[in-house]
Amino acid sequence: MIQADLNVILPELILAVYAMIALLLAVYSTKDKMGPLLVWSTAGLMALLALWIAGSGSGNNVAFGGMFVDDGFSRFAKVTILLSAAAVLVMGQDYMARRGMLQFEYPLLVSLSVVGMMMMVSAGDLMSLYMGLELQSLALYVVASMRRDSVKSTEAGLKYFVLGALSSGLLLYGASLVYGFAGTTKFEGIIQVAQHGEVSVGLLFGIVFLISGMAFKVSAVPFHMWTPDVYEGAPTPVTAFFATAPKMAAMGLFARVMHDAFGNAVSDWSQIIALLSVASMFLGAVAAIGQTNIKRLMAYSSIAHMGFALMGLAAGTVFGVQAMLIYMAIYVTMNVGTFAFILMMEKDGKPVTDIASLNLYSRREPGKALAMLVLLFSLSGVPPMLGFFGKFYVLRAAYDAGLAWLAIAGVVASVIGAFYYLRIVYYMYFGEEGDELDRNSSPVLWGFLMASAAVMVLGIINMFGVEGAAAAAAATLVN
Amino acid sequence: MEEMLREYLPILVFLAVAVGLGIVLILAAVVLAVRNPDPEKVSAYECGFNAFDDARMKFDVRFYLVSILFIIFDLEIAFLFPWAVGFKDISMTGFWSMMVFLGVLTIGFAYEWKKGALEWE
Repeated sequence: MIQADLNVILPELILAVYAMIALLLAVYSTKDKMGPLLVWSTAGLMALLALWIAGSGSGNNVAFGGMFVDDGFSRFAKVTILLSAAAVLVMGQDYMARRGMLQFEYPLLVSLSVVGMMMMVSAGDLMSLYMGLELQSLALYVVASMRRDSVKSTEAGLKYFVLGALSSGLLLYGASLVYGFAGTTKFEGIIQVAQHGEVSVGLLFGIVFLISGMAFKVSAVPFHMWTPDVYEGAPTPVTAFFATAPKMAAMGLFARVMHDAFGNAVSDWSQIIALLSVASMFLGAVAAIGQTNIKRLMAYSSIAHMGFALMGLAAGTVFGVQAMLIYMAIYVTMNVGTFAFILMMEKDGKPVTDIASLNLYSRREPGKALAMLVLLFSLSGVPPMLGFFGKFYVLRAAYDAGLAWLAIAGVVASVIGAFYYLRIVYYMYFGEEGDELDRNSSPVLWGFLMASAAVMVLGIINMFGVEGAAAAAAATLVN
Repeated sequence: MEEMLREYLPILVFLAVAVGLGIVLILAAVVLAVRNPDPEKVSAYECGFNAFDDARMKFDVRFYLVSILFIIFDLEIAFLFPWAVGFKDISMTGFWSMMVFLGVLTIGFAYEWKKGALEWE
């Protein structure tokens, strides 16, 4: 009995046990240079687990009496989370080591937060949902203030912690209301109570508070205010991590709760999510225009992208969830490449985040500038790139679900948003003569940048099979 | 809906009484109290001698660390106690679950010990 349960959570178990053993080994070993070694071993383990989950997972497995669900949807999300976390760890290793920030705790905290994320997307119960969410968040708060002697980094950590605690409170309040009115914390029990047209006022309040709590985690407007400050203050490799794996996990959790627990009352929550979506898209597009710091700009960009992903969720259909998964997979890939570029922006060995420093970058580094151009076009959704297809899927999902106004708003917002992406392109190609950035080229970062840009171009042929996998994953979630 | 709201009526009455009593007490102090301040009365009182420092002083971050560590093990007791009381009725799964929990805590404890979080100087 317990044996079968443990088998289902084996990937999470392996990662958690690894983190604890590595923690003890690292702290009791006399060697100082455990950080780089642990980064590589953690990233390697995550990549192996991703391959294993993708290759061997099948069917719907439920463990611990419905607390933990291992289905196609959770496997899709887990593979994305594990691969992006591994990529970001490897990318940031050199950056952190050179600045003396690579304590051995960093990769271990990342792996513990990844355990939390895997738990989130597999939650089948409000209890396990909260446990996964807190495991993820607590590790992320510490990672955000990894640079202890920097005021901005500690501010980022503190801000993230206080607002994260507030969002946890909202979520818990919603969970208690749902439990009170549904009589159970299990999703399969809640969905029986939350039937279309029969949702009681109390349950509706519970749903609203749950959505608010989760909107904090995906940084959807109006719960986005922590994002720019945390993105700016945290060390760049940590920002890259924030922009990828936790976003996928939070969106996965969002879809899981809305469809597994409230799937019979789509009309009751789809308007709320549509509102979050349209507000995020417009705020992300408009507020990023005034930014000169590329990390803050990426924060607003992620807010806008979350708006688009939420559009797929607002549709409330199988196709909507599929579109959301495809969008998130593309978004994560684009962000890995973009942050590889940002990590390379240095002057005299110090990180530079000012956009104006990219003036005429294409003359000095044509290859990297071209890759960044592809990524920026893809981020803004210019047609030949893969980012356009992500947007196309969510727009179509919204249109098919009768949310034509939302789809039109999305198109308008993406046109506004294109301005600030294209401004970076303008600086790189037609800017004025200015101070040059260093011409360092770390092969790892270069590789990630080029690979990500290549995916954006070559992916339009068949999306590397992600489309089919997302369709299968969405079908297991919505029924 | 009506029925449900009626069940909450006692809470509403309680809230009204609590707020009303609070307001009455504050207003009573304003209206009835005799006020005759002098420097000796309004200064901070400190155990019979003159206050020699501002109350808002910095304190060592280590106090904070100790209190955090205390809370972790305090919570551990909160979990252990019901477990021990119901020990006869729980299965082996319950037993081993607690052992795993204690094991995880021990790893954390070993880490903080080695890191020097328990040393004052």
